[in-house]
Amino acid sequence: MYDFDWSSIPGALPFLWQGMKVSLGITAVAVAAGIAWGTVLAVMRLSPARAVSLFAAGYVGLFRSVPLVMVLLWFFLIVPSLLRDVLRLSHATDLRLASAMVAFALFEAAYYSEIMRAGIQSVSKGQRAAALALGMTPLQAMWHVVLPQAFRNMLPLLLTQAIILFQDTSLVYVSALADFFGAAYKVGDRDGRLVEMLLFAGAVYFVLCSAASWAVRLLRRRVLA
Amino acid sequence: MISVRDVYKSYGEVEVLAACSVDVRKGEVIVVCGPSGSGKSTLIKCINGLEPFERGQIVVDGVEVGRRGTNLSRLRARVGMVFQQFELFPHMKVIDNLTIAQVKVLGRSREEARRKALALLDRVGLREHADKHPGQLSGGQQQRVAIARSLALDPVCMLFDEPTSALDPEMINEVLDVMVGLARDGMTMVVVTHEMGFARKVASRSSSWTRAASWRKPPRRSSSRSRGRTARGSSSPRCCTTDGPALDRLSPKPPLIAGQSLSAGSI
Repeated sequence: MYDFDWSSIPGALPFLWQGMKVSLGITAVAVAAGIAWGTVLAVMRLSPARAVSLFAAGYVGLFRSVPLVMVLLWFFLIVPSLLRDVLRLSHATDLRLASAMVAFALFEAAYYSEIMRAGIQSVSKGQRAAALALGMTPLQAMWHVVLPQAFRNMLPLLLTQAIILFQDTSLVYVSALADFFGAAYKVGDRDGRLVEMLLFAGAVYFVLCSAASWAVRLLRRRVLA
Repeated sequence: MISVRDVYKSYGEVEVLAACSVDVRKGEVIVVCGPSGSGKSTLIKCINGLEPFERGQIVVDGVEVGRRGTNLSRLRARVGMVFQQFELFPHMKVIDNLTIAQVKVLGRSREEARRKALALLDRVGLREHADKHPGQLSGGQQQRVAIARSLALDPVCMLFDEPTSALDPEMINEVLDVMVGLARDGMTMVVVTHEMGFARKVASRSSSWTRAASWRKPPRRSSSRSRGRTARGSSSPRCCTTDGPALDRLSPKPPLIAGQSLSAGSI
């Protein structure tokens, strides 16, 4: 029988909290940027201009067809050196967090764009017609009339996707960035208590994500009501 | 004001408008009746460019609708349109429904737009509902708001696409009253409706500027009705008669006739 020893957890809590802040930070930036860029992509995808629509379709198709880990690795390898060249930063500057945020934002935008596309299509055609009939340009109709309703209709799905994204941030361990999962792993490795630390980290993810899912369910009920 | 010349429009195989022509002069109220599926709604959607058409010419207040390069948004801002399903913006308060296009399209100030909106809500009798959301209003109230929303842009003419067809019977009159008021104020209107009462009312006021027309032979019941009416009030419009003076349309494809019972029933 394995002998559990949880004693290394209390002392590691400040370090784990630092990691949690990284995880939440990446999630927040990726959700905000991902929804913004994803919405632009969704509008482009539905554009009558073929080239614009094809670009968006290609972008979404590409990011949905490659594993997230691979995208993260690309960005850890490419973005830091690129940014250093462009911004003339020293090699000591740690760009892993920034590149993780960029990678997640670009990747998640593909998924968010599909959600927003469904949202836009869920708004009745008559709404757009009414906006156009009032003299709005197609973009004004989209921005003032269709998107607010699409966003509202899709809010539960967008938040659910954010919860998944939060879990996926653990993948930044490939860059040895100390997010919550990475921090837990490091502590466990150091103290020889990997099993306990990973169980603890798993429990934390579980509690946070189920609480968030529950909140989304409540919200969904309220939106539908 | 509105001139439609030989317009053709089809959805795939189905020809909806064929050689459709109509002229609407300033201050005229044209009532368009006819069975469902006979292209009535399509015609008014073509007039403000919401639907493209294949051939022919539509000129609204000197602007050619179908020409490439026509600024459709600017044209539509001057042509009011009221939809069967109201199409108020559900995420905005009633007052914002009335101000948004004034501010975003016409560039009016918020205060000016608000003043105009409240005055119009007053006119349709809904001023006290300004801060509600459309979902809190009855169908008839929503449609009155929709009319006010169009009027807020000071349109040169108004298009009505079956404005009372989605309403419960007891709410139809409150909307028709607003429309009658508009007609009496001299608004140029094209109204697709099954409400013969409306056509008659507006006509009894001044039949000379009211014409009604239909695309095709209407179902026998309504045609005999309107003839009876014509006989009674000599000046009433020629509603739902086959000899509509302004609009001509080749008969639609047979399947479309199925819509007749609907239109007859809703009168």
